[in-house]
Amino acid sequence: MRISVLKPVFIVFAFLAFFSPAHAIDIKEVTSPGGIKAWLVESKTIPLIAMSYSFEGGSTSDAPGKEGTANFITGMMDEGAGDMSGSEFQAKRDELAVKMSFDVGKDNFEGSLQTLSKNRDAAFALLKTAITAPHFEAEAMERVRQQFLASARDSEQDPDRIASQAWIGLAFGDQPYARATNGTTKSIPNITPDDLKAMHKLLFSRRGLKVSVVGDIDVVTLGKALDEVFGALPDTEPPKATEKATVAKGPAIKIIDRDIPQSVIVFGQEGILRRDPDFIPAYIMSHILGGGGLGSQLTNEVREKRGLTYGVDYSLNPLKAAGLYLGSVSTRNEKASETLSVVKDVLEKMAMNGPSQQELDDAKTFLTGSYALRFDSNEKIANQLVGLQQQNLGIDYINTRNSRIEAVTLDQVKAQAKRLIDPKTLIVTIVGKPEGIQSTATGG
Amino acid sequence: MRFLKYSLLQIFVFISFILPAHALNLDVTNFTLANGMEVVVIPDHRAPVVTHMVWYRVGSADEVSGKSGLAHFLEHLMFKGTTKHPFGEFDHLVDVNGGEGNAFTTRDYTGYFQRIAADRLPLVMELEADRMQNLVLTDENVLPELQVVREERRTRTENDPQALLGEQIDAAMYIAHPYGKPVIGWMSEVAALTRADAMEFYKAHYTPANAILVVAGDVTPDAVKTLAEKYYGTLKNTFTPTKRIRTKEPDPIAARRVLMSDPRASSPIFQRSYLAPSYSTGVGRETHALDLLGDIVGSGTQSRMYQKLVVEQKLASGVGAWFSGDGLDYGTFGVYAMPNSGVDVSKVEAATDVILADILKNGVTQQELDRVRNKALAEEIYLLDDQASLARITGVALMTGSTVKDILDRDTQTALVTPDEIKQAAAKVVQSNRSVTGILVPDSPVQN
Repeated sequence: MRISVLKPVFIVFAFLAFFSPAHAIDIKEVTSPGGIKAWLVESKTIPLIAMSYSFEGGSTSDAPGKEGTANFITGMMDEGAGDMSGSEFQAKRDELAVKMSFDVGKDNFEGSLQTLSKNRDAAFALLKTAITAPHFEAEAMERVRQQFLASARDSEQDPDRIASQAWIGLAFGDQPYARATNGTTKSIPNITPDDLKAMHKLLFSRRGLKVSVVGDIDVVTLGKALDEVFGALPDTEPPKATEKATVAKGPAIKIIDRDIPQSVIVFGQEGILRRDPDFIPAYIMSHILGGGGLGSQLTNEVREKRGLTYGVDYSLNPLKAAGLYLGSVSTRNEKASETLSVVKDVLEKMAMNGPSQQELDDAKTFLTGSYALRFDSNEKIANQLVGLQQQNLGIDYINTRNSRIEAVTLDQVKAQAKRLIDPKTLIVTIVGKPEGIQSTATGG
Repeated sequence: MRFLKYSLLQIFVFISFILPAHALNLDVTNFTLANGMEVVVIPDHRAPVVTHMVWYRVGSADEVSGKSGLAHFLEHLMFKGTTKHPFGEFDHLVDVNGGEGNAFTTRDYTGYFQRIAADRLPLVMELEADRMQNLVLTDENVLPELQVVREERRTRTENDPQALLGEQIDAAMYIAHPYGKPVIGWMSEVAALTRADAMEFYKAHYTPANAILVVAGDVTPDAVKTLAEKYYGTLKNTFTPTKRIRTKEPDPIAARRVLMSDPRASSPIFQRSYLAPSYSTGVGRETHALDLLGDIVGSGTQSRMYQKLVVEQKLASGVGAWFSGDGLDYGTFGVYAMPNSGVDVSKVEAATDVILADILKNGVTQQELDRVRNKALAEEIYLLDDQASLARITGVALMTGSTVKDILDRDTQTALVTPDEIKQAAAKVVQSNRSVTGILVPDSPVQN
């Protein structure tokens, strides 16, 4: 690899993201000698480095009947890799006080690493071993299987999880998005070491890789680290993303009977994709209707005025190939029917009239003013930057985002409310013993 | 466990926390205003934002008997407005200024916070100072909120068998001391709380000398001092707070067992707590030792419980151990295990007892101690990346009888703990008469 030593690290873009005249985040797009790109924010104030990365492809790549395969890998990353046994790997990780996390969603496999900068090189070497040469050894796999099974049993008893998985089932039918991301008590026993090896090979490709690094590291050192950690991964095509998934249209109500004092209600319908040209006005609309916790229309009507719930929210959930508009509310069983009616009334009014000019103005000042709160730690910045890369939003997005929000007009927001909200076609799932509501849906 | 006004923003607190000390040069300034309100400033200039917190030395353990849940109910009602800023305006002003806020109640303290652009610090100080003394409650606001709190109890506790088990363990642990009550309150008592109860509690506990201010973020101590004197320093005390002295626990003389069956449980659970000193009541380095003991026994894959119960004996899918020391009066040392499918819960309890007995007899090894201490000290450095956590940890310490100096000394003390001190701390705390064992089992499902 002598050639790579001679090749320089390229900085393609350097971008200053301003949060106030005195504060800017300097984001550089770094290309390593081996050609791996990453977004870097150098910050030497504290002796820490945070890295976030993701690979394209997640639980949608699981085979039917083997749901939870991609997720299973997250539990095996510290169970032996390269020339280290699981316990040697864990001992080394703890000795270095490196933090590694792995997570699977429907569309992506995500990881993060945090290290003290003094342990930088050893930490990167350990991460490389984990992601390039995991063992998936049988005994460790059985142990981890027990843990995932316990967690699946728990999910299958947890009212929130039951309600949302049932909702996803009704919305997506037999499409890949309907699969339980973490697997089920039925599917987890079917997963074999070969399944893990195949899934690892499929997901961990340089072409599907996005990386962000924030903290006490410079451009040249990062360039070397990128090649060290990710350079040995194959340059293969990531799993083909589903082109377009279809979200079923309601009305549908499914009640899952459980003997609990409070009904957990999940409701929603199709939303929009992140790349939709009207995403920003739609996002502002959804914030006013059901976002953020404070002062949304739903919180005011359902919680503050009527005391029907501790929490209600309704927000856009853009997956890669389908948009969801999904909400939840919990209330005592005897108030389930009233609560659902109030929710539908609030939705209906928003669809008909949209928000007021004042509500729009307030939402804009909140959304623009609070954006900096997402960027106040290395770890948060690294996560934000990987998110921007996943969504193809561009390195300058941070600077243009607030002006995009400010440019939105009341008419645009009203149009999105009309387009996206139709309480007559909601899919609703309820776990509990709700009074005064009947199921209309079966299956799912 | 903490209870928040809004569920959408959760705060997670490490069970054991240790702050960085001299080696890391954590920049903490503290001073006291003329009216007795203590102020702590933790500058962090990396982003133009600030975390502003006001804490009151009052929690559920300060409620009178029969009014459980009152401290937490008042926390919710603190958002209901004042004469100057009527209902809705507090949240609205924070919101339109791009801030986020919330509040929390525990057994020993109640806290309110906002995270907002640093130049909006005067705004949130003005709002927080105003509601310290000028809260207005009406039945119109109070009655729906009581329903909200009851829904919160259903969401957090009654829909969750593990939460119910935890509540029962606490109730059995404290025979006389008020830590036996749940922070959110017993449903029957919460249902009977009134506006008058809340107002009386507010008048008895909310005053500058009973509060502290913590500001972390893009600020200087001087600027905070000027603002704090302007907004909080001008408030007059409405009463003089006295030291909180609660009923002491009698010497524990009997091991207690709480057996619960619930068809909603997904798996049996074994959980045990031992009555322990807290950070502020502990002697010498014993609480530092207990923190490390918890890590050695059950934190992470290298811990004794994980290695024995999960890896070697294949009895359990999940294990854990911890020391919880952030109480004004008492702490607890705890262990937990979830058996694998088909394994009787008594087996994981017995296997845990073998590990504890071995530590009581033989102590821990220097190697184990070095491993967990190394991680604990590194954890302090990681905390530097999180201004909100630094603010919170400082507030918790000051609310539970520790000082800023105690916080800054913590890692120095942790560095000095010896295997022998861990053995002694274990011998003091891990005694069956100090314990409550909780067992949760699913009901046998009806076959049909």
